[in-house]
Amino acid sequence: MLLEYLAIALLLVVSTLVGLIAIGLGELFGPKIKSKVKDEPYESGMPVIGAGTRRMPVRFYLIAVLFILFDIEVVFFLPWAVAFRQLGLFGMFEMVVFIVILLVGYAYAWKKGALEWE
Amino acid sequence: MPQPQDYQTLLPVIVLAVWACALLLLDSFLIQRKGLTACLAAAGLAITLGLTLSQIGRSSSGFSGMVVLDGFSTFINALQLVSGLLGVALAYAYVKRMGIERGEYYTLLLFSVVGMMLMAQATDLIVVFIALEMLSIPLYVLAAFNRTQAASEEAGLKYFLLGAFSTGFLVYGITLVYGATASTNLSAIFAAASSTSNLLLTIGAALILVGFGFKVAVVPFHMWTPDVYQGAPTAVTGFMSSGAKIAGFAALLRVFATAFPAIAADMTDILWALAAVTMILGNLVAISQTDIKRMLAYSSIAHAGYILMAFVPYGNPAVAPVSIAAGLFYLAAYVITNFGAWGVVIALEQPDGKGLQISDYSGLFWRKRGLAVAMTVFMLSLIGFPPTIGMVGKFYLFRAIIDGGFTGLAIIGVIASLVSAFYYLRVVVNMFMREGEQKIEREFWLDLTWGAAAFLTVAISLAPGWLFYLASAAGLR
Amino acid sequence: MVPVNYYIILSAILFTLGALGVLVRRNPLIMFMSIELMLNAANLAMVAFSSVNHSFSGQIFVFFVIAVAAAEVAVGLALIVQIFKSKHTINVDDVNSLKG
Repeated sequence: MLLEYLAIALLLVVSTLVGLIAIGLGELFGPKIKSKVKDEPYESGMPVIGAGTRRMPVRFYLIAVLFILFDIEVVFFLPWAVAFRQLGLFGMFEMVVFIVILLVGYAYAWKKGALEWE
Repeated sequence: MPQPQDYQTLLPVIVLAVWACALLLLDSFLIQRKGLTACLAAAGLAITLGLTLSQIGRSSSGFSGMVVLDGFSTFINALQLVSGLLGVALAYAYVKRMGIERGEYYTLLLFSVVGMMLMAQATDLIVVFIALEMLSIPLYVLAAFNRTQAASEEAGLKYFLLGAFSTGFLVYGITLVYGATASTNLSAIFAAASSTSNLLLTIGAALILVGFGFKVAVVPFHMWTPDVYQGAPTAVTGFMSSGAKIAGFAALLRVFATAFPAIAADMTDILWALAAVTMILGNLVAISQTDIKRMLAYSSIAHAGYILMAFVPYGNPAVAPVSIAAGLFYLAAYVITNFGAWGVVIALEQPDGKGLQISDYSGLFWRKRGLAVAMTVFMLSLIGFPPTIGMVGKFYLFRAIIDGGFTGLAIIGVIASLVSAFYYLRVVVNMFMREGEQKIEREFWLDLTWGAAAFLTVAISLAPGWLFYLASAAGLR
Repeated sequence: MVPVNYYIILSAILFTLGALGVLVRRNPLIMFMSIELMLNAANLAMVAFSSVNHSFSGQIFVFFVIAVAAAEVAVGLALIVQIFKSKHTINVDDVNSLKG
């Protein structure tokens, strides 16, 4: 039974080795120059502003929460899509009802200004 | 493919759900005066109540046996709708006074009632779970509805965290039951469970009991109750303490009586202990309370114990019908009395949060006789003192329990009731014997609520036969 | 094939971890994550049972649990954000004006 996993084990070992070899070669032969720019998190990237953990505007939470709510409903589309042909017109109708209910929530969120950024 | 009969089975729930969705849109797009939203919500509840009552005597099952319509669900749904209507009546003026009048209040209340009704009709654990969440999530929001007050936010957070925690137990319980019986349908579980007895099923049932125990506030799963009842806006507390309890007990009864008679021997002892501990602890801790909302919260815990008492012999077909009927009667009695008592609390509550101490009731009789007499009636009913519906309920309950052979439990119940007399009567003594000043709010719908509740509390106790007959007819077979 | 018992044991461990997390931790966000862990432990067991029992209702149940958990997240995060705005702390030991 465990033999089935042999390939995965081999892959793990080989990929680790490749990574280690690449880093090792770089360490051995690469030039080593220390400077302030080199020590930055993203060399030749955007200059870092402020600390890593800082407070975000609360608007992000609102958008994120709305996103979660509408995003997760997609799980109900999956079984429907799989059985679409068997369900036929009735399934189509049921899905329309489902989407209408979602739209009620969407219209409410829109009206309340939850989608406005400012 | 669903047949018309399927929709027929669920018609009141569907109507109310559609009404709630429509009300949500109407309220945010068209309605300016929020009083109109309240009226529309009440109209929706009334129409649904009419539909439910028109279904009396019918029984059918729908959606591949996932929901059912029977006497039990009709009885519970009618009770739920009445408590929804009373919830609107309590809130109508209260939310204005507290400055939290928003249309969402009524929409959330409607959605919660939809969940409660679905809960009584569910015969599949998946539907039980969805219904439970549908009633709980609006209640989390309602508990935190007074955003400007820290206490309300705190109540919402606590209710939410412990409610979600209990959901975790319920879901895991359902999972284990499903693992043991390969089905989530209650009758299929019954069929599978009677052939094999196994540990997985018992643990699953116990976890489901924990999940519902949180919802109906049974000791030791009651810790959230006093804080949430105290912090939430009082109108919400009144609705929550009745509605969530009815729904929780309805689902508990339906699930255990339909699916788990096979493990009744194990469960009876657990239920016995839970009921006894709940009655004792709820009543004892209530004595030391000085805040009326906290006192009523512990009283509500104690009453959950009394009602749970009726479920102890659920697996014994000779005793169960009578004791369950007694439990349903007690539930109805509790709902009426409870709404009345919370109505009085609302009448004395001030927007700045004053008027909620038991000492604030001093001398109420000399300021406003009607209110004080009504409160006295409610307190007597909660003790179980004649001539009130609470006494009749306790009589049926204790008789059924003693007939079932649980004399010890009945004795504990009687002693707990005697202890409870102490703190209920303290309120009465304050109202009659002490001096005091208070500001009392007069609002038509509020006065009607506590007035009608006081009237019914006394009137039904004089002729309780019909309600007990209805409760017996609603019993699960 | 990994035997189904392994899944069940793993899910029981996850569930216990989640329940302990709720009881031990005092930060509502982490408490809520622990609750999610409990729900997902149940989901794992549900899918495992579903494959053993050859019935689909377990998998359907998982869908509903996921959707409901999302709804709870929405309400819970809103409550937590609201409390943080007014109190500048969300530690449940500091949110304790109600007692008696």
